[in-house]
Amino acid sequence: MVRIDGKGDGTALVRVRSLDKKYIRGSEEIHVLQGLNLDVDAGDFVAFMGPSGSGKTTLLNLLGGLDLPTSGTITVAGDEITHLSASSLTSWRARHVGFIFQLYNLIPVLTAFQNVELPLLLTKLSKAERRRHVETALAVVGLGDRMSHYPRQLSGGQEQRVAIARAIVADPTFLLCDEPTGDLDRKSADEIMDIIDRLVKEHGKTVLMVSHDPQAAGRARVVLHLDKGVLMEAAGGKA
Amino acid sequence: MKSFRLVWANLRRKKIRTTLTIGSFTVALFLFGLLAAIRMGFRGGADAAGADRLDVINRVSLILPLPYAYRDRILRVPGVAAVTYASWFGGVYQTEKNFFPQFAVDKDTWFDVYSDYVVTAEGRSAFLKDRQACMVGRALAKRFGFKVGDRLPLRGTIWGGTWEFNVVDIYSGNRPEADTSGMFFRADYLEEQRSFGKGSVGWYVVKLADADDAVQVTKAIDGLFANSPFETLTQTEKAFAASFVKQMGNVELLIMTIGSVVFFTLLLVTGNTMAIAVRERSGELAVLKTVGFSDGRVLRLILAEAILIAGQGGLIGLGLAWLAIPGLSRALPMLGMLYVSPLTFVTGFALALGVGAASGLLPGIAAMRLRVVDALRRI
Repeated sequence: MVRIDGKGDGTALVRVRSLDKKYIRGSEEIHVLQGLNLDVDAGDFVAFMGPSGSGKTTLLNLLGGLDLPTSGTITVAGDEITHLSASSLTSWRARHVGFIFQLYNLIPVLTAFQNVELPLLLTKLSKAERRRHVETALAVVGLGDRMSHYPRQLSGGQEQRVAIARAIVADPTFLLCDEPTGDLDRKSADEIMDIIDRLVKEHGKTVLMVSHDPQAAGRARVVLHLDKGVLMEAAGGKA
Repeated sequence: MKSFRLVWANLRRKKIRTTLTIGSFTVALFLFGLLAAIRMGFRGGADAAGADRLDVINRVSLILPLPYAYRDRILRVPGVAAVTYASWFGGVYQTEKNFFPQFAVDKDTWFDVYSDYVVTAEGRSAFLKDRQACMVGRALAKRFGFKVGDRLPLRGTIWGGTWEFNVVDIYSGNRPEADTSGMFFRADYLEEQRSFGKGSVGWYVVKLADADDAVQVTKAIDGLFANSPFETLTQTEKAFAASFVKQMGNVELLIMTIGSVVFFTLLLVTGNTMAIAVRERSGELAVLKTVGFSDGRVLRLILAEAILIAGQGGLIGLGLAWLAIPGLSRALPMLGMLYVSPLTFVTGFALALGVGAASGLLPGIAAMRLRVVDALRRI
């Protein structure tokens, strides 16, 4: 269940209330998000669409604890993150958020295995346990045979799959995807969306995705529109 | 360190740049090793000087002699346990290039006062028996291939003529940095053969019964010969050796200045390299922070990278210096046996790591302060 009226019953995995984000650019004040409310239950798949500059990525950054709002609150799995210090936010991100970016953002000098292993370096898992987790994550995205390949040896679609494996390897509370198919051809984009679909349906992951691509967004259970910092239900949305 | 693989992979990212940066540490630490050896060469005498020995020289100048008759009078000064003496010979072996110091010493007392020179009982006995006997140091013997039984001719530059010596022993030191680049022969041989300066010695060496009495014995000896034609200047052997070095200028300051400039330049060069490396990688650092790497961990990654570069360069540089020091020692025979202690090597290595850490500090702090959203926006 996804609500944007701020009247959720408090059981939502992600709860956003009266979220405001302003930037000061020179003498100009830019109101990116205005009084935004959102409730997302565990296991939901929400897509945010909207024109450039509508605040989609800003919302994703705030939900992922990469940025702090001007006002308002964000609560994830009972933890209000908007009042956490920078260092607490960092460790919170490590435990709860898996990020998938448009440009994959893999470390070029590390192999697929090593890239996926990165979030696990912050855990107390043994080397053998880390290996098992990484192999499982890469198997989920169908790259069990590309573990020792470097990003430059992979196609764009494969790189994004490695990025997905990195996002899920530590079993985060939810996944944040910023234009995950934005740099891919149609076929690769569909493959990536198939994987994300599977993560939701078969593994019960909660996914919040920003996309310009109507086909990708169409895979979501709920599509929301952001326009000038205001969240609206898309026409024909399933919210 | 679980992130070592990441640090190592980053080092291999720009191989030429990393190699050049390691190279700059190599050169700096190589230079450090050589300068330390030269400094030790200059200081060698002062460092090896016995705390219980005083040197008595002519107050006017070291090169002016003192009467032989002073020996017994010094010996009678309370607190004096033994007295020996030596004179500079200044001979030439084959050509002027083959410089090494030669001293005419008292055959009976020299090696008792200088018990830090190690000689064999047979050598000592032969030295007492043979008027032309000489002892050569281990480094000198190695330099010219001298061995016991060799006939050693020297051309006298002060007293003229050719002087023949018989090598009866190769002496060594009881410390690795002991100077064994010289030669000792009998003063009575010099006394017998020289045409002028008879009845005089270059300087006296006094062995104290108690090192704590140095000040009063010094005063007593100089007081004894005050207002005489040959006034004395008595000082501890350490002060004597130090003043000898000072005659060549403040070498230590020069060496320290060169070393400091080299390390400061190294700091700037490496700091700049690290800053460029971090700037190029700001997007990746942002990704690391996104997945949960803390600011402190990011700083440690940068520092580890800088320290690893410095450590590799430091080890190579110090290793090369260690290999080069024997050659340097041969090229600068007037400094005696050049030697660098393990502690100096450890200090050099620590210095390299320190410079490495310092060079990574500012870029590391910049990486710590990097805002993820800003860096991701720039990708």
